Amino acid sequence: MSHYIEKNQDNDGVDRRGFLKCMAWAGTGTLCVLQGGVLKSFAMTDVLQKNVGNLKGDLSFVQISDSHIGFSKPANPDVTGTLREAIAKVNALPTPPSFVLHTGDLTHLSKPEEFDTLSESLKSLKTDRIFYVPGEHDVLNDNGAMFHERFGQGTQGDGWYSFDQKGAHFIGLINVLNLKAGGLGNLGHEQLEWLEKDVAKLKSSTPIVVFAHIPLWSVYPQWGWGTDDSEQALSYLKRFGSVTVLNGHIHQIMQKVEGNITFHTACSTAFPQPQPGQADSPGPMKVPAEKLRGLLGITDVNFVRGKHTLAIVDSTL
Amino acid sequence: MRSTKTQQSRTARILGTAILGAAAVLSLSLASGALWPRSVIVAQEKPGATTVTIDNFSFAPMQLEIKAGTEVTWINKDDVPHTVVSDDHKLFKSRALDTDEKFSFTFKDPGTYEYFCSVHPKMTGKIIVK
Repeated sequence: MSHYIEKNQDNDGVDRRGFLKCMAWAGTGTLCVLQGGVLKSFAMTDVLQKNVGNLKGDLSFVQISDSHIGFSKPANPDVTGTLREAIAKVNALPTPPSFVLHTGDLTHLSKPEEFDTLSESLKSLKTDRIFYVPGEHDVLNDNGAMFHERFGQGTQGDGWYSFDQKGAHFIGLINVLNLKAGGLGNLGHEQLEWLEKDVAKLKSSTPIVVFAHIPLWSVYPQWGWGTDDSEQALSYLKRFGSVTVLNGHIHQIMQKVEGNITFHTACSTAFPQPQPGQADSPGPMKVPAEKLRGLLGITDVNFVRGKHTLAIVDSTL
Repeated sequence: MRSTKTQQSRTARILGTAILGAAAVLSLSLASGALWPRSVIVAQEKPGATTVTIDNFSFAPMQLEIKAGTEVTWINKDDVPHTVVSDDHKLFKSRALDTDEKFSFTFKDPGTYEYFCSVHPKMTGKIIVK
């Protein structure tokens, strides 16, 4: 199914259907439920519309991503507003998530006031804790020093860490630092060594959840949507029965199952990006301002219902 | 003499403008410099300035030939921030450039200088200084 440009009447690169799809993306998140060691994820929109089945599990958490606080271009002049909508959707869940993962690009330009706005906004989330990993937009001019100071307490190396919840092992990785000319995302030798040691002590039956900003699988390397040394990281996880990899960065939901590993990318709370290769570049998908105001009010979940093919998700691992 | 000089510099200005707009032409022309009037080459010896546009996640022109002493200015026309960083991370390194922000660097010595965007490292470019 094409999500894009079926009728490009105004020659602006956006048709109504595509626009509605974009608006369905903006402001949503992903709910993950761990059921008997198997992780299932659901698009938040569908959860709230009760389009999904049993959500009861051992553990549930929410992933949000790519808030880009500070962005104000036509693709979305009010990213703080759409973040608030995402928060409201999380808070409306029947069972509050145990925690929330933010998979990076909290800010657009790594500015202190952008981090402030993000943190202030997320204070209203009804959850016990929020975990973060940085996106490339959060580490722009200081190699991540400001991000680390605010969100990196108790982490290792440049800010990677792991924790356990209800028998599952969660690993936050950083792949947006020390990027090399011509390359993709980068984990680096030190982090890979740490990862190998971190999982060495775990039983193979332990469910593993890895989260990082840039996809740890080759989504579309031409646009930089991948990580150079992710193969090595994933090789340390091959012996585990259930591995889930959660990423952001590409502002759209994509899923892939490869052996024991399920990959998910989350949508953005700020603006959509084109599907791989469907535009000249991966920049924000622009929507004319006058259409944005006129259409915000009619972002209709009916459009989503039954057509949101991305809602569902891998229950087989 | 006087009027000839004026004529030469006018020609240089016009050609210079054309070169700014089409760097591919510039590299071709320098490669076959003998085809160009002597006056133009003389005029180009005076340190000039030229622009690289960042648009659609790429540097345009991706490869640029200039004379030593030329100031190159990069301007970001994208909706997302980009940087301009020499491959050695030392010679030049811009801060993140938001939309319409600029960064300039003057290339004093001949050589080949490769650079990239440290935010989107797939974006690479090259400056050849003659």
